[in-house]
Amino acid sequence: MSTRYLPYILILPVTIFLCVFFLYPFVLVAQQAFWSDTGFTLDNFRKVVGHWKFPISLKNTLLLAAAVVPIQLALALLMATMVNNMGRGRDLVLYVWTIPLGISDLAAGIIWLAIFDQSGFLNSMMSGLGLIDRPMNLLSYQSPGLVFLAIMLAEIWRATAIMLVILVAGIGLIPKEYYEAAEVFGASPWKRFTRITLPLLRPSLSTALVLRVILAFEVFAVVQALGGTLFPVLMGETYNYQFELLNGRSAAAVALIILAISIAATLVILRVLRVPKGATI
Amino acid sequence: MSFKIKLVGAVSALAVVASAAAVQAQVLFWSTQAKPVEEAQAMRENVLAGAGDVDYQPNDGGPWLTRLNAELQAGSGSIGVLGALHGDFSAMNPDDLVDLGGLGMSASDTFNSLAKLGTDNMQYIPWMQASYIMAANKEALQYLPDGADIDALTYDQLIEWTANVHKATGEAKFGFPAGPKGLKHRFFQGYLYPSYTDGVVRTFASDAAVTAWEKMRELWTHTNPASTNFSFMQEQLLSGDAWIVFDHTSRLAQAFNERPDDFVAFPAPAGPTGRGFMPVLAGVAIPRTAPDMDAAKALVQYMLKPETQIATLRTTNFFPVVDVDLPDDLPPAVKAAGNAVAKMSGSADANPGLLPAGLGAKGGEFSQLYTETFERIVLAGQDIRTVLDEHKPRLQAIMDESGAPCWAPDAASDGPCPVE
Amino acid sequence: MTAVTTDTAGDTRRAGRYVYLASVTLLCAWVLVPLYFLLINTLSSPEAVNAFPKSFIPEFDLGSLTFFANFAGMLSALKNSILVAGVTMILSITISAPAGYALSRFDFPGKELFRLLILLTRAFPLPLLALPLAVMFIRTGLDDTVLGLALVHTTLAIPFAVLITFSLFSGIPVELEEAAWTLGCTRLTAFTKVVLPLILPGITASAIFAFVISWNEVFAAAVLTIENRTLTAFLLQNLDTSPLHLKFAGGFILVVPALIFIFAVRKYLFAMWGIANR
Repeated sequence: MSTRYLPYILILPVTIFLCVFFLYPFVLVAQQAFWSDTGFTLDNFRKVVGHWKFPISLKNTLLLAAAVVPIQLALALLMATMVNNMGRGRDLVLYVWTIPLGISDLAAGIIWLAIFDQSGFLNSMMSGLGLIDRPMNLLSYQSPGLVFLAIMLAEIWRATAIMLVILVAGIGLIPKEYYEAAEVFGASPWKRFTRITLPLLRPSLSTALVLRVILAFEVFAVVQALGGTLFPVLMGETYNYQFELLNGRSAAAVALIILAISIAATLVILRVLRVPKGATI
Repeated sequence: MSFKIKLVGAVSALAVVASAAAVQAQVLFWSTQAKPVEEAQAMRENVLAGAGDVDYQPNDGGPWLTRLNAELQAGSGSIGVLGALHGDFSAMNPDDLVDLGGLGMSASDTFNSLAKLGTDNMQYIPWMQASYIMAANKEALQYLPDGADIDALTYDQLIEWTANVHKATGEAKFGFPAGPKGLKHRFFQGYLYPSYTDGVVRTFASDAAVTAWEKMRELWTHTNPASTNFSFMQEQLLSGDAWIVFDHTSRLAQAFNERPDDFVAFPAPAGPTGRGFMPVLAGVAIPRTAPDMDAAKALVQYMLKPETQIATLRTTNFFPVVDVDLPDDLPPAVKAAGNAVAKMSGSADANPGLLPAGLGAKGGEFSQLYTETFERIVLAGQDIRTVLDEHKPRLQAIMDESGAPCWAPDAASDGPCPVE
Repeated sequence: MTAVTTDTAGDTRRAGRYVYLASVTLLCAWVLVPLYFLLINTLSSPEAVNAFPKSFIPEFDLGSLTFFANFAGMLSALKNSILVAGVTMILSITISAPAGYALSRFDFPGKELFRLLILLTRAFPLPLLALPLAVMFIRTGLDDTVLGLALVHTTLAIPFAVLITFSLFSGIPVELEEAAWTLGCTRLTAFTKVVLPLILPGITASAIFAFVISWNEVFAAAVLTIENRTLTAFLLQNLDTSPLHLKFAGGFILVVPALIFIFAVRKYLFAMWGIANR
């Protein structure tokens, strides 16, 4: 088998599979966005972008991603390093930390609403400690900051594990000898982290970041559970067009805009965290 | 490689097993109603037990519509009978629904003509009805304004009442379903607008409408600020986060069934142009792709039987559409809601609205416009006149594109309903 | 005072140790406490679920759970969920691992485009794709089968599987393979004898992703299965309109199998760490 064709043979199964089960339906849906009763048009895009809710949804989506993803990255890195250094009980700790992986966004929404609800657990706790006389309204339109914070916490809780698992796998692949050598030369733990772990973790980091960012742009269920109608996001607008307004063309247009943002973000991440040629371990 | 071959074998064996199980002659009842797990289970056990082999599957609007459209596009499918609201059916292409003439009728001529959806055929058969009412925690009753009759409240009295509660408890305890799945648009279309402007479309941007929205703003100051998260007011009644609420009868039912002695149900308030209220109408229909037409028609007929209608009432808190003698042992929620609806429709100043007919696929956009008006005026605090004037051409466009004539309480129109 | 000055280094280390332990505990609590709340509400009577202030100790009322235990079709829905998730797991790894290997080992024209195409699949919402997919499935007879739904879920899992396997392969020095070739191995035997054993535990990570993605997916499951509903489509679909106590119990029932699954494969997660000792 020639090395020239080998990679193409290896990616053939995925390609065929995605062409049938993704590309084909995708093309059917996407072309709706460029279509009107009379033919090709960009009106659908103009219409959805011109809607007064669009800038708000766009801002909310980007803001949430910008607030959540860096914290998740830092937290996942911290957790991964901690697990790496752990002696006894590390598989148990790792298990606990990966639990949110198994929880769907809908279920996560239910759980966190039970916490932030007016008669929820957070208020119960605060009134139990005597901090408040009566339950506070945490998720009201008067305190958009609190609503944002609640959504942030729920998202961080729910989706950090995805990055954690990828990073733990990546750290596990860094040869122990590197650290031993560094220790011999008296490098501090922080130096070891920035000089060995971070650079060698680049492939895993970019994988984790790309996946997380793409998913962050599609955030919906948790936001809807906690933010109600107060915090519109792009994905919510897509569903609204598709299922409430029965306007498939506009829905496809918003979805394509999300796709474009995701592609842009992906390209940036891949570029910044590019693994230089020949720099693999 | 052998592993992969084995895998493919195993997988296709699974597929065969799965499709073999699907061959049974069963009518699939694909519904957007009676969704809560308890109701769905009661539909299967109590309502449909005598209907032969029926598979009752309630779904969210999204999957419901996607599956239905897929079957219609593919030209074959497994859905036998559809259960949905008037608005869901009116958004469909009339050719996709089978003519159900001769299978039965509701007792209401209004409902029967609505069910034709502007065609000459029965596009669906009215199945069950409900309405929106008010409910209150009995603790709130002591704060009723002097001289106010809870069964004949005005909007001003309601605002005063909620203000009294607010003052006495320190909390805004009016509850309004303004959440993502809340039915707030129905309040504006069927209650607020008819009560203040004696119309819905024609009067959308009238001076009376400005007054109506000013009242809404006033009411909102005594509304639980978390209302933008509320979609089922029974939850807030039970938790005590709201004491006085407005919602769909079936979305209040759980509160009355769990603690019947703690809550009262009463009619919606009245404004200068009467006590506006509107019905909710659900229907059953058969898509043209139904696999077994006769079985599907038999199920539709079964749904209209008086016994079935009473069982449905017990299960879903939706009232019968045919003439039946209601038994005495109905659940507390049904009794409470039934009384409130009867008082509302029997009141001297009743100003009943109809369901929109002829909006077709524009129904969602129509409701959205009222919701957006609310969001901009009440939540974002924008100028009422400006918002109404900006939305006016959009409403007119919806009416023109769909060609929908005016419906009550708007005065009848020749062509599409004009926004004045 | 003197003790402190003489033993500063030891103190710092000890203090560091405490900070370390405290943060581990804190992070564990951060994950577990919300779940504990879910457990409390699941094991509470409807009155307690609506009460304020909430009790922080469950009262062990099994009413809500019993309701679901008597729910017709729960067991077959559970079986379907496991079947679909299992098939998704196998399909996504067998299809994706070769691609992950190709991406890590070869430079070929179109590589970047290919990576982007893979990522695109996760950046477009499935509920919009469900309509054409359902039409296709009804026409081909894949509709309402375990395999059909698993194919859709595999589409969702592929980006994860490809990217994870890619980063796993990238972590294994190409010199290791080259050494095997010089020792007489072919590309294939070098792969199966040297590379595969090394990444096998890591593969578990992508298997977990595939399983969990499939387990939690609602929309396609609701549209594409009728007789063979998955547990998620069966429960979660209608939970948001259900009374609070059932909402929590239903959510709990969905979470538990996923937790058990992750627990069952935690050994491999752990083993992933062990690779470093090669």
